Amino acid sequence: MGFDSDLETQIDLWRGYVLRRQAIATIDAEELEDHLRDQVDDLLATGLDHDEAFLVAIKRLGNLDAVSREFAEEHSDRLWKQLVIVRDDGDDTRTPAWRELAMVLGLALGTGLAVKAGLSWLEGSGGLIRNVGLLVFPFLAAYFGWKRRLTAPVAAALLVSFAALAVLLNVYPFAVDGSTALLAGLHAPVVLWILVGVAYIGGRWRSDARRMDFVRFTGELAIYYTLLALGGAVLVGLTVAVLTAVGVDPEPVLAGWILPIAVPGALVVAAWLVEAKQNVVENIAPVLTRVFTPLTIMMLLAVLAVVATAGGLNAVDRDLLILMDAILVLVQCLLLYSLSARDSLARPGLFDSLQLVLVVVAIAVDAVMLTAMLARITEFGFSPNKIAALGINLLVLVHLVRAAWLTVGFLRGRRPFSALERWQTRFLPAYGVWALVVIMIFPLVFRFA
Amino acid sequence: MRIEKDLVAATATPLVLGILIDGDLYGYAILKRVGELSGGSMQWTDGMLYPLLHRLERLGYVTSRWSSSEAGRRRKHYTITDLGREQLAERQEQWTVVVEALRQVWQADPRPPAAAAAWA
Repeated sequence: MGFDSDLETQIDLWRGYVLRRQAIATIDAEELEDHLRDQVDDLLATGLDHDEAFLVAIKRLGNLDAVSREFAEEHSDRLWKQLVIVRDDGDDTRTPAWRELAMVLGLALGTGLAVKAGLSWLEGSGGLIRNVGLLVFPFLAAYFGWKRRLTAPVAAALLVSFAALAVLLNVYPFAVDGSTALLAGLHAPVVLWILVGVAYIGGRWRSDARRMDFVRFTGELAIYYTLLALGGAVLVGLTVAVLTAVGVDPEPVLAGWILPIAVPGALVVAAWLVEAKQNVVENIAPVLTRVFTPLTIMMLLAVLAVVATAGGLNAVDRDLLILMDAILVLVQCLLLYSLSARDSLARPGLFDSLQLVLVVVAIAVDAVMLTAMLARITEFGFSPNKIAALGINLLVLVHLVRAAWLTVGFLRGRRPFSALERWQTRFLPAYGVWALVVIMIFPLVFRFA
Repeated sequence: MRIEKDLVAATATPLVLGILIDGDLYGYAILKRVGELSGGSMQWTDGMLYPLLHRLERLGYVTSRWSSSEAGRRRKHYTITDLGREQLAERQEQWTVVVEALRQVWQADPRPPAAAAAWA
Protein backbone atom coordinates (compact mmCIF):
# COMPACT_ATOMS: atom_id res chain seq x y z
CA MET A 1 0.00 0.00 0.00
CA GLY A 2 1.34 3.45 -0.82
CA PHE A 3 1.47 6.10 1.89
CA ASP A 4 0.71 9.74 1.30
CA SER A 5 3.61 12.08 0.72
CA ASP A 6 3.41 13.59 4.23
CA LEU A 7 3.92 10.20 5.77
CA GLU A 8 6.80 9.43 3.40
CA THR A 9 8.45 12.69 4.44
CA GLN A 10 8.03 11.77 8.09
CA ILE A 11 9.51 8.34 7.52
CA ASP A 12 12.43 9.94 5.65
CA LEU A 13 13.06 12.26 8.59
CA TRP A 14 12.84 9.36 11.00
CA ARG A 15 15.31 7.32 8.93
CA GLY A 16 17.81 10.18 8.94
CA TYR A 17 17.42 10.44 12.67
CA VAL A 18 18.00 6.71 13.15
CA LEU A 19 21.02 6.67 10.86
CA ARG A 20 22.73 9.30 12.92
CA ARG A 21 23.14 6.65 15.61
CA GLN A 22 26.53 5.07 15.05
CA ALA A 23 25.39 1.77 16.46
CA ILE A 24 22.55 1.31 13.98
CA ALA A 25 23.86 0.42 10.53
CA THR A 26 22.03 1.30 7.31
CA ILE A 27 20.93 -2.30 6.88
CA ASP A 28 19.42 -2.37 10.40
CA ALA A 29 17.68 0.92 9.76
CA GLU A 30 16.14 -0.68 6.70
CA GLU A 31 14.93 -3.59 8.81
CA LEU A 32 13.45 -1.20 11.37
CA GLU A 33 11.82 0.83 8.60
CA ASP A 34 10.18 -2.30 7.16
CA HIS A 35 8.82 -2.95 10.64
CA LEU A 36 7.60 0.62 10.99
CA ARG A 37 5.80 0.50 7.63
CA ASP A 38 4.10 -2.81 8.49
CA GLN A 39 2.95 -1.35 11.77
CA VAL A 40 1.64 1.82 10.12
CA ASP A 41 -0.19 -0.31 7.52
CA ASP A 42 -1.92 -2.32 10.22
CA LEU A 43 -2.81 0.78 12.22
CA LEU A 44 -4.24 2.48 9.13
CA ALA A 45 -6.39 -0.60 8.59
CA THR A 46 -7.88 -0.13 12.08
CA GLY A 47 -9.06 3.33 11.07
CA LEU A 48 -6.35 5.66 12.41
CA ASP A 49 -5.31 8.52 10.18
CA HIS A 50 -1.77 8.83 8.82
CA ASP A 51 -0.38 11.06 11.56
CA GLU A 52 -1.85 9.01 14.35
CA ALA A 53 -0.66 5.75 12.83
CA PHE A 54 2.87 7.11 12.45
CA LEU A 55 3.00 8.38 16.02
CA VAL A 56 1.71 5.14 17.50
CA ALA A 57 4.11 3.07 15.39
CA ILE A 58 7.07 5.21 16.47
CA LYS A 59 5.99 4.93 20.09
CA ARG A 60 5.76 1.14 19.89
CA LEU A 61 9.21 0.96 18.36
CA GLY A 62 10.49 2.39 21.61
CA ASN A 63 12.79 5.10 22.83
CA LEU A 64 15.46 5.41 20.18
CA ASP A 65 18.20 6.02 22.76
CA ALA A 66 17.39 2.80 24.55
CA VAL A 67 17.07 0.82 21.32
CA SER A 68 20.31 2.24 20.02
CA ARG A 69 22.07 1.34 23.28
CA GLU A 70 20.78 -2.19 22.85
CA PHE A 71 22.19 -2.25 19.30
CA ALA A 72 25.45 -0.90 20.67
CA GLU A 73 25.71 -3.74 23.16
CA GLU A 74 25.22 -6.26 20.39
CA HIS A 75 27.35 -4.57 17.73
CA SER A 76 30.15 -3.08 19.75
CA ASP A 77 32.46 -3.40 16.74
CA ARG A 78 30.50 -0.64 15.02
CA LEU A 79 30.86 1.64 17.96
CA TRP A 80 34.54 0.98 17.99
CA LYS A 81 34.84 3.89 15.60
CA GLN A 82 33.34 6.05 18.20
CA LEU A 83 34.95 4.40 21.16
CA VAL A 84 32.46 5.17 23.84
CA ILE A 85 29.53 2.88 24.32
CA VAL A 86 26.67 5.38 24.15
CA ARG A 87 26.98 7.24 27.41
CA ASP A 88 23.96 7.75 29.56
CA ASP A 89 25.07 11.11 30.77
CA GLY A 90 25.41 12.83 27.44
CA ASP A 91 28.49 14.42 26.00
CA ASP A 92 29.31 17.03 28.61
CA THR A 93 31.94 14.82 30.26
CA ARG A 94 34.14 14.71 27.18
CA THR A 95 37.55 16.25 27.49
CA PRO A 96 38.25 19.23 25.26
CA ALA A 97 40.32 18.35 22.19
CA TRP A 98 43.21 20.67 23.07
CA ARG A 99 43.70 19.03 26.43
CA GLU A 100 43.92 15.62 24.84
CA LEU A 101 46.42 16.89 22.29
CA ALA A 102 48.54 18.42 25.05
CA MET A 103 48.40 15.14 26.97
CA VAL A 104 49.44 13.15 23.89
CA LEU A 105 52.33 15.44 23.02
CA GLY A 106 53.46 15.48 26.66
CA LEU A 107 53.47 11.68 26.84
CA ALA A 108 55.19 11.39 23.47
CA LEU A 109 57.92 13.75 24.63
CA GLY A 110 58.07 11.85 27.93
CA THR A 111 58.71 8.50 26.30
CA GLY A 112 61.20 10.11 23.91
CA LEU A 113 63.18 11.61 26.78
CA ALA A 114 62.96 8.36 28.74
CA VAL A 115 64.45 6.46 25.81
CA LYS A 116 67.10 9.15 25.35
CA ALA A 117 68.02 8.90 29.03
CA GLY A 118 68.04 5.11 28.80
CA LEU A 119 70.36 5.32 25.81
CA SER A 120 72.89 7.39 27.69
CA TRP A 121 72.76 5.45 30.98
CA LEU A 122 72.48 1.91 29.73
CA GLU A 123 74.69 2.27 26.70
CA GLY A 124 76.89 -0.78 26.27
CA SER A 125 75.75 -2.52 29.45
CA GLY A 126 73.44 -4.79 27.47
CA GLY A 127 70.57 -3.69 29.69
CA LEU A 128 69.06 -1.43 27.04
CA ILE A 129 67.44 -4.17 25.02
CA ARG A 130 65.75 -5.49 28.17
CA ASN A 131 64.53 -2.09 29.24
CA VAL A 132 63.59 -0.31 26.05
CA GLY A 133 60.00 -1.59 26.22
CA LEU A 134 59.73 -0.36 29.80
CA LEU A 135 60.73 3.11 28.64
CA VAL A 136 57.95 3.27 26.02
CA PHE A 137 54.90 1.17 26.85
CA PRO A 138 54.07 2.64 30.27
CA PHE A 139 53.57 6.00 28.54
CA LEU A 140 51.14 4.42 26.13
CA ALA A 141 49.33 2.73 29.01
CA ALA A 142 49.25 6.07 30.83
CA TYR A 143 47.53 7.68 27.85
CA PHE A 144 44.80 5.02 27.78
CA GLY A 145 44.56 5.03 31.54
CA TRP A 146 43.85 8.76 31.38
CA LYS A 147 41.56 8.49 28.38
CA ARG A 148 39.49 5.60 29.74
CA ARG A 149 39.44 7.01 33.30
CA LEU A 150 40.66 3.76 34.81
CA THR A 151 39.37 2.93 38.25
CA ALA A 152 41.91 3.18 41.04
CA PRO A 153 42.29 -0.61 41.56
CA VAL A 154 42.96 -1.22 37.84
CA ALA A 155 45.41 1.68 37.63
CA ALA A 156 47.18 0.47 40.76
CA ALA A 157 47.37 -3.10 39.43
CA LEU A 158 48.90 -1.80 36.20
CA LEU A 159 51.44 0.32 38.04
CA VAL A 160 52.44 -2.58 40.26
CA SER A 161 52.76 -4.87 37.23
CA PHE A 162 54.99 -2.43 35.36
CA ALA A 163 57.11 -1.90 38.45
CA ALA A 164 57.39 -5.64 39.14
CA LEU A 165 58.49 -6.29 35.58
CA ALA A 166 61.05 -3.50 35.76
CA VAL A 167 62.47 -4.93 38.99
CA LEU A 168 62.56 -8.43 37.56
CA LEU A 169 64.37 -7.37 34.41
CA ASN A 170 67.00 -5.40 36.28
CA VAL A 171 67.55 -7.25 39.55
CA TYR A 172 68.29 -10.66 38.05
CA PRO A 173 72.08 -11.03 37.71
CA PHE A 174 71.97 -11.82 33.99
CA ALA A 175 75.27 -12.90 32.42
CA VAL A 176 76.43 -10.26 29.93
CA ASP A 177 75.52 -11.40 26.42
CA GLY A 178 73.84 -14.48 27.91
CA SER A 179 70.90 -15.99 26.08
CA THR A 180 68.50 -15.76 29.03
CA ALA A 181 69.09 -12.00 29.11
CA LEU A 182 68.32 -11.74 25.42
CA LEU A 183 65.26 -13.97 25.74
CA ALA A 184 63.94 -11.88 28.63
CA GLY A 185 64.44 -8.79 26.48
CA LEU A 186 62.59 -10.34 23.56
CA HIS A 187 59.68 -11.53 25.65
CA ALA A 188 59.24 -8.43 27.80
CA PRO A 189 57.37 -6.50 25.06
CA VAL A 190 54.71 -9.25 24.91
CA VAL A 191 53.93 -8.85 28.61
CA LEU A 192 54.15 -5.06 28.34
CA TRP A 193 51.82 -5.05 25.36
CA ILE A 194 49.26 -7.08 27.31
CA LEU A 195 49.47 -4.51 30.12
CA VAL A 196 48.86 -1.76 27.55
CA GLY A 197 45.90 -3.84 26.40
CA VAL A 198 44.45 -3.91 29.90
CA ALA A 199 44.67 -0.12 29.97
CA TYR A 200 43.21 0.13 26.46
CA ILE A 201 40.12 -1.89 27.31
CA GLY A 202 39.68 0.01 30.53
CA GLY A 203 40.35 -2.99 32.74
CA ARG A 204 37.50 -5.04 31.30
CA TRP A 205 39.88 -7.79 30.25
CA ARG A 206 37.34 -10.57 30.64
CA SER A 207 35.26 -9.33 27.72
CA ASP A 208 35.98 -11.10 24.42
CA ALA A 209 34.62 -8.20 22.41
CA ARG A 210 36.91 -5.71 24.14
CA ARG A 211 39.88 -7.98 23.55
CA MET A 212 39.00 -8.07 19.88
CA ASP A 213 38.89 -4.27 19.96
CA PHE A 214 42.42 -4.33 21.24
CA VAL A 215 43.52 -6.69 18.46
CA ARG A 216 41.94 -4.30 15.96
CA PHE A 217 43.68 -1.39 17.64
CA THR A 218 47.04 -3.18 17.46
CA GLY A 219 46.65 -3.71 13.71
CA GLU A 220 45.63 -0.13 13.07
CA LEU A 221 48.47 1.13 15.24
CA ALA A 222 50.95 -0.82 13.13
CA ILE A 223 49.54 0.79 9.98
CA TYR A 224 49.55 4.31 11.39
CA TYR A 225 53.03 3.91 12.82
CA THR A 226 54.32 2.75 9.45
CA LEU A 227 52.72 5.74 7.74
CA LEU A 228 54.25 8.13 10.29
CA ALA A 229 57.63 6.43 9.92
CA LEU A 230 57.50 6.75 6.14
CA GLY A 231 56.59 10.42 6.31
CA GLY A 232 59.23 11.05 8.95
CA ALA A 233 61.89 9.26 6.89
CA VAL A 234 61.15 11.39 3.83
CA LEU A 235 61.28 14.57 5.90
CA VAL A 236 64.53 13.62 7.64
CA GLY A 237 66.07 12.48 4.36
CA LEU A 238 65.33 15.78 2.65
CA THR A 239 66.58 17.82 5.60
CA VAL A 240 69.80 15.81 5.78
CA ALA A 241 70.32 16.30 2.04
CA VAL A 242 69.86 20.07 2.30
CA LEU A 243 72.08 20.42 5.39
CA THR A 244 74.84 18.29 3.88
CA ALA A 245 74.65 20.34 0.67
CA VAL A 246 75.35 23.56 2.60
CA GLY A 247 78.13 21.88 4.53
CA VAL A 248 76.50 21.32 7.96
CA ASP A 249 76.82 17.82 9.42
CA PRO A 250 73.36 16.90 10.81
CA GLU A 251 74.45 13.51 12.14
CA PRO A 252 75.13 14.38 15.82
CA VAL A 253 71.80 16.12 16.37
CA LEU A 254 69.92 13.57 14.32
CA ALA A 255 71.32 10.44 15.94
CA GLY A 256 71.75 12.02 19.35
CA TRP A 257 68.40 13.71 19.79
CA ILE A 258 65.87 13.66 17.00
CA LEU A 259 65.68 9.91 16.32
CA PRO A 260 65.76 8.74 19.97
CA ILE A 261 62.91 11.09 20.79
CA ALA A 262 60.88 10.90 17.58
CA VAL A 263 60.87 7.12 17.08
CA PRO A 264 59.28 6.19 20.45
CA GLY A 265 57.24 9.42 20.57
CA ALA A 266 55.62 8.58 17.25
CA LEU A 267 54.15 5.45 18.84
CA VAL A 268 52.12 7.51 21.30
CA VAL A 269 51.06 9.88 18.53
CA ALA A 270 50.07 6.93 16.33
CA ALA A 271 47.97 5.51 19.18
CA TRP A 272 46.20 8.83 19.51
CA LEU A 273 45.59 8.98 15.76
CA VAL A 274 44.07 5.51 15.82
CA GLU A 275 41.79 6.70 18.61
CA ALA A 276 40.80 9.86 16.80
CA LYS A 277 40.55 8.78 13.20
CA GLN A 278 39.43 5.19 13.12
CA ASN A 279 36.96 5.75 10.33
CA VAL A 280 39.72 6.47 7.85
CA VAL A 281 41.63 3.26 8.28
CA GLU A 282 38.66 1.08 8.82
CA ASN A 283 38.10 0.93 5.09
CA ILE A 284 41.70 -0.05 4.49
CA ALA A 285 41.92 -2.89 7.00
CA PRO A 286 39.75 -5.44 5.15
CA VAL A 287 41.50 -4.56 1.88
CA LEU A 288 44.94 -5.03 3.38
CA THR A 289 44.08 -8.40 4.88
CA ARG A 290 42.57 -9.54 1.59
CA VAL A 291 45.70 -8.54 -0.29
CA PHE A 292 48.13 -10.07 2.15
CA THR A 293 46.39 -13.35 2.93
CA PRO A 294 46.99 -14.89 -0.54
CA LEU A 295 50.49 -13.40 -0.67
CA THR A 296 51.33 -14.88 2.72
CA ILE A 297 50.04 -18.28 1.60
CA MET A 298 52.42 -18.13 -1.37
CA MET A 299 55.30 -17.06 0.85
CA LEU A 300 54.68 -19.88 3.31
CA LEU A 301 54.45 -22.43 0.50
CA ALA A 302 57.73 -21.18 -0.94
CA VAL A 303 59.39 -21.36 2.48
CA LEU A 304 58.01 -24.85 3.00
CA ALA A 305 59.29 -26.01 -0.39
CA VAL A 306 62.75 -24.53 0.16
CA VAL A 307 63.11 -25.97 3.65
CA ALA A 308 61.90 -29.38 2.51
CA THR A 309 64.33 -29.55 -0.42
CA ALA A 310 67.30 -28.00 1.39
CA GLY A 311 68.46 -31.35 2.69
CA GLY A 312 67.64 -33.12 5.93
CA LEU A 313 65.86 -31.33 8.75
CA ASN A 314 69.08 -31.43 10.74
CA ALA A 315 70.60 -29.04 8.25
CA VAL A 316 68.07 -26.41 9.27
CA ASP A 317 70.15 -24.05 11.33
CA ARG A 318 69.33 -21.89 14.30
CA ASP A 319 68.99 -18.56 12.53
CA LEU A 320 66.56 -20.07 10.09
CA LEU A 321 64.45 -21.44 12.93
CA ILE A 322 64.32 -18.01 14.56
CA LEU A 323 63.33 -16.42 11.26
CA MET A 324 60.59 -18.99 10.76
CA ASP A 325 59.33 -18.27 14.27
CA ALA A 326 59.07 -14.64 13.27
CA ILE A 327 57.14 -15.61 10.15
CA LEU A 328 54.70 -17.72 12.13
CA VAL A 329 54.09 -14.92 14.60
CA LEU A 330 53.45 -12.59 11.67
CA VAL A 331 50.98 -15.06 10.16
CA GLN A 332 49.23 -15.29 13.51
CA CYS A 333 48.96 -11.48 13.63
CA LEU A 334 47.58 -11.36 10.10
CA LEU A 335 44.98 -13.98 10.97
CA LEU A 336 43.87 -12.16 14.09
CA TYR A 337 43.76 -8.85 12.30
CA SER A 338 41.65 -10.16 9.44
CA LEU A 339 39.27 -11.76 11.91
CA SER A 340 38.95 -8.49 13.76
CA ALA A 341 38.19 -6.65 10.51
CA ARG A 342 35.53 -9.14 9.47
CA ASP A 343 31.82 -8.53 9.91
CA SER A 344 30.89 -11.30 12.32
CA LEU A 345 27.43 -11.74 10.82
CA ALA A 346 28.61 -12.18 7.23
CA ARG A 347 28.16 -15.60 5.70
CA PRO A 348 31.12 -17.89 5.07
CA GLY A 349 32.69 -16.89 1.77
CA LEU A 350 35.66 -17.47 -0.47
CA PHE A 351 37.91 -15.39 1.74
CA ASP A 352 37.15 -17.58 4.75
CA SER A 353 38.23 -20.64 2.74
CA LEU A 354 41.39 -18.80 1.78
CA GLN A 355 42.01 -18.11 5.43
CA LEU A 356 41.60 -21.78 6.20
CA VAL A 357 44.24 -22.51 3.56
CA LEU A 358 46.53 -20.02 5.27
CA VAL A 359 45.98 -21.68 8.65
CA VAL A 360 46.60 -25.15 7.23
CA VAL A 361 49.81 -24.09 5.47
CA ALA A 362 50.97 -22.38 8.65
CA ILE A 363 50.29 -25.59 10.58
CA ALA A 364 52.42 -27.49 8.04
CA VAL A 365 55.27 -24.99 8.46
CA ASP A 366 54.96 -25.19 12.21
CA ALA A 367 55.02 -28.99 12.12
CA VAL A 368 58.21 -28.94 10.02
CA MET A 369 59.80 -26.54 12.47
CA LEU A 370 58.81 -28.58 15.49
CA THR A 371 60.36 -31.65 13.91
CA ALA A 372 63.55 -29.76 13.15
CA MET A 373 63.67 -28.42 16.66
CA LEU A 374 63.15 -31.76 18.30
CA ALA A 375 65.90 -33.14 16.06
CA ARG A 376 68.22 -30.36 17.23
CA ILE A 377 67.31 -30.89 20.85
CA THR A 378 68.00 -34.64 20.69
CA GLU A 379 71.29 -33.93 18.94
CA PHE A 380 72.63 -30.98 20.92
CA GLY A 381 70.64 -31.14 24.15
CA PHE A 382 68.56 -28.41 25.79
CA SER A 383 69.34 -24.74 25.77
CA PRO A 384 67.25 -21.74 26.84
CA ASN A 385 66.87 -20.64 23.22
CA LYS A 386 65.60 -24.00 22.08
CA ILE A 387 63.09 -24.36 24.89
CA ALA A 388 61.82 -20.82 24.33
CA ALA A 389 61.39 -21.46 20.60
CA LEU A 390 59.80 -24.85 21.26
CA GLY A 391 57.31 -23.23 23.63
CA ILE A 392 56.28 -20.57 21.11
CA ASN A 393 55.89 -23.18 18.40
CA LEU A 394 53.75 -25.41 20.54
CA LEU A 395 51.53 -22.48 21.51
CA VAL A 396 51.15 -21.44 17.88
CA LEU A 397 50.40 -25.04 16.90
CA VAL A 398 47.62 -25.39 19.47
CA HIS A 399 46.24 -21.99 18.48
CA LEU A 400 46.26 -22.77 14.76
CA VAL A 401 44.93 -26.33 14.96
CA ARG A 402 41.93 -25.31 17.01
CA ALA A 403 41.38 -22.28 14.74
CA ALA A 404 41.44 -24.55 11.68
CA TRP A 405 38.95 -26.88 13.32
CA LEU A 406 36.58 -24.05 14.16
CA THR A 407 36.95 -22.52 10.68
CA VAL A 408 35.96 -25.83 9.09
CA GLY A 409 32.93 -25.90 11.37
CA PHE A 410 32.06 -22.35 10.38
CA LEU A 411 32.50 -23.00 6.64
CA ARG A 412 30.19 -26.00 6.87
CA GLY A 413 27.62 -23.96 8.71
CA ARG A 414 27.94 -26.02 11.89
CA ARG A 415 29.34 -23.26 14.07
CA PRO A 416 28.85 -19.54 14.29
CA PHE A 417 31.72 -17.22 13.47
CA SER A 418 31.67 -16.05 17.08
CA ALA A 419 33.04 -19.42 18.21
CA LEU A 420 36.16 -18.75 16.15
CA GLU A 421 36.43 -15.18 17.42
CA ARG A 422 36.06 -16.34 21.00
CA TRP A 423 38.79 -18.95 20.64
CA GLN A 424 41.15 -16.42 19.09
CA THR A 425 40.70 -13.84 21.80
CA ARG A 426 40.65 -16.31 24.68
CA PHE A 427 43.92 -17.87 23.64
CA LEU A 428 45.83 -14.58 23.62
CA PRO A 429 46.67 -14.49 27.36
CA ALA A 430 48.46 -17.84 26.93
CA TYR A 431 51.20 -16.01 25.00
CA GLY A 432 51.53 -13.54 27.84
CA VAL A 433 51.81 -16.31 30.41
CA TRP A 434 54.48 -18.05 28.34
CA ALA A 435 56.41 -14.79 27.92
CA LEU A 436 56.26 -14.31 31.68
CA VAL A 437 57.59 -17.83 32.21
CA VAL A 438 60.50 -17.07 29.87
CA ILE A 439 61.26 -13.84 31.72
CA MET A 440 60.81 -15.12 35.27
CA ILE A 441 61.55 -18.83 35.35
CA PHE A 442 64.11 -19.34 32.56
CA PRO A 443 66.88 -17.25 34.15
CA LEU A 444 66.50 -19.18 37.40
CA VAL A 445 66.47 -22.59 35.71
CA PHE A 446 69.40 -21.82 33.43
CA ARG A 447 71.40 -19.90 36.06
CA PHE A 448 71.26 -16.60 34.16
CA ALA A 449 73.45 -18.05 31.39
CA MET B 1 -2.41 -7.69 32.98
CA ARG B 2 1.06 -6.36 32.23
CA ILE B 3 3.98 -8.77 32.45
CA GLU B 4 7.01 -7.45 34.28
CA LYS B 5 9.97 -6.30 32.18
CA ASP B 6 12.51 -8.75 33.57
CA LEU B 7 10.22 -11.68 32.94
CA VAL B 8 9.62 -10.58 29.37
CA ALA B 9 13.39 -10.33 28.86
CA ALA B 10 13.97 -13.79 30.33
CA THR B 11 11.38 -15.42 28.12
CA ALA B 12 12.31 -13.57 24.93
CA THR B 13 14.90 -16.02 23.60
CA PRO B 14 12.92 -19.26 24.05
CA LEU B 15 9.80 -17.52 22.78
CA VAL B 16 11.43 -16.28 19.59
CA LEU B 17 13.18 -19.60 18.94
CA GLY B 18 9.93 -21.45 19.60
CA ILE B 19 8.04 -19.24 17.16
CA LEU B 20 10.69 -19.75 14.49
CA ILE B 21 10.38 -23.57 14.84
CA ASP B 22 7.11 -23.29 12.90
CA GLY B 23 8.84 -21.65 9.95
CA ASP B 24 10.77 -18.61 8.75
CA LEU B 25 9.43 -15.24 9.81
CA TYR B 26 10.42 -11.57 9.72
CA GLY B 27 10.59 -9.29 12.75
CA TYR B 28 7.16 -7.72 12.59
CA ALA B 29 5.49 -11.11 12.10
CA ILE B 30 7.37 -12.52 15.10
CA LEU B 31 6.07 -9.69 17.29
CA LYS B 32 2.53 -10.18 16.03
CA ARG B 33 2.77 -13.85 16.88
CA VAL B 34 4.01 -13.00 20.40
CA GLY B 35 1.01 -10.72 20.78
CA GLU B 36 -1.42 -13.44 19.64
CA LEU B 37 0.14 -16.11 21.86
CA SER B 38 -0.05 -13.99 25.00
CA GLY B 39 -3.41 -12.45 24.23
CA GLY B 40 -1.70 -9.07 23.96
CA SER B 41 -0.39 -9.03 27.52
CA MET B 42 3.27 -9.45 26.61
CA GLN B 43 4.13 -6.03 25.31
CA TRP B 44 7.60 -5.76 23.88
CA THR B 45 9.26 -2.57 22.94
CA ASP B 46 9.27 -3.39 19.25
CA GLY B 47 12.72 -1.99 18.56
CA MET B 48 14.31 -4.28 21.14
CA LEU B 49 13.46 -7.37 19.12
CA TYR B 50 16.07 -6.59 16.47
CA PRO B 51 19.17 -6.45 18.66
CA LEU B 52 17.92 -9.72 20.17
CA LEU B 53 17.56 -11.32 16.73
CA HIS B 54 21.04 -10.12 15.80
CA ARG B 55 22.43 -11.61 18.99
CA LEU B 56 20.78 -14.95 18.23
CA GLU B 57 22.25 -14.77 14.75
CA ARG B 58 25.73 -14.07 16.07
CA LEU B 59 25.42 -17.02 18.44
CA GLY B 60 24.45 -19.15 15.45
CA TYR B 61 20.92 -19.99 16.67
CA VAL B 62 19.26 -18.38 13.64
CA THR B 63 20.31 -17.35 10.16
CA SER B 64 18.83 -14.55 8.12
CA ARG B 65 18.25 -13.71 4.50
CA TRP B 66 16.78 -10.75 2.69
CA SER B 67 13.90 -11.16 0.29
CA SER B 68 11.22 -8.83 -0.97
CA SER B 69 7.76 -8.51 0.53
CA GLU B 70 4.45 -8.38 -1.35
CA ALA B 71 4.69 -4.59 -1.26
CA GLY B 72 8.08 -4.79 -2.97
CA ARG B 73 10.09 -3.77 0.11
CA ARG B 74 13.22 -5.56 1.18
CA ARG B 75 12.51 -7.71 4.19
CA LYS B 76 14.76 -9.75 6.47
CA HIS B 77 13.60 -13.27 7.26
CA TYR B 78 14.98 -15.37 10.09
CA THR B 79 15.37 -19.17 10.11
CA ILE B 80 16.22 -21.33 13.10
CA THR B 81 19.37 -23.49 12.81
CA ASP B 82 20.18 -26.91 14.27
CA LEU B 83 22.15 -25.20 16.99
CA GLY B 84 19.09 -23.06 17.70
CA ARG B 85 16.92 -26.16 17.99
CA GLU B 86 19.36 -27.68 20.48
CA GLN B 87 19.36 -24.45 22.42
CA LEU B 88 15.57 -24.34 22.43
CA ALA B 89 15.36 -27.93 23.71
CA GLU B 90 17.70 -27.00 26.53
CA ARG B 91 15.69 -23.90 27.43
CA GLN B 92 12.50 -25.94 27.35
CA GLU B 93 13.90 -28.34 29.91
CA GLN B 94 14.94 -25.46 32.14
CA TRP B 95 11.55 -23.80 31.89
CA THR B 96 9.75 -27.06 32.58
CA VAL B 97 11.65 -27.35 35.85
CA VAL B 98 10.92 -23.73 36.78
CA VAL B 99 7.22 -23.98 35.92
CA GLU B 100 6.88 -27.25 37.81
CA ALA B 101 8.55 -25.78 40.89
CA LEU B 102 6.31 -22.71 40.79
CA ARG B 103 3.22 -24.88 40.34
CA GLN B 104 4.09 -26.97 43.40
CA VAL B 105 4.72 -23.91 45.55
CA TRP B 106 1.45 -22.35 44.54
CA GLN B 107 -0.51 -25.54 45.05
CA ALA B 108 0.73 -25.72 48.64
CA ASP B 109 -0.33 -22.10 49.24
CA PRO B 110 -2.56 -21.03 46.38
CA ARG B 111 -2.55 -17.28 46.96
CA PRO B 112 -0.45 -14.84 48.97
CA PRO B 113 -2.43 -13.68 52.05
CA ALA B 114 -2.65 -10.06 50.87
CA ALA B 115 -4.20 -11.08 47.58
CA ALA B 116 -6.58 -13.43 49.37
CA ALA B 117 -7.70 -10.64 51.68
CA ALA B 118 -8.26 -8.35 48.76
CA TRP B 119 -10.47 -10.97 47.14
CA ALA B 120 -12.51 -11.58 50.24
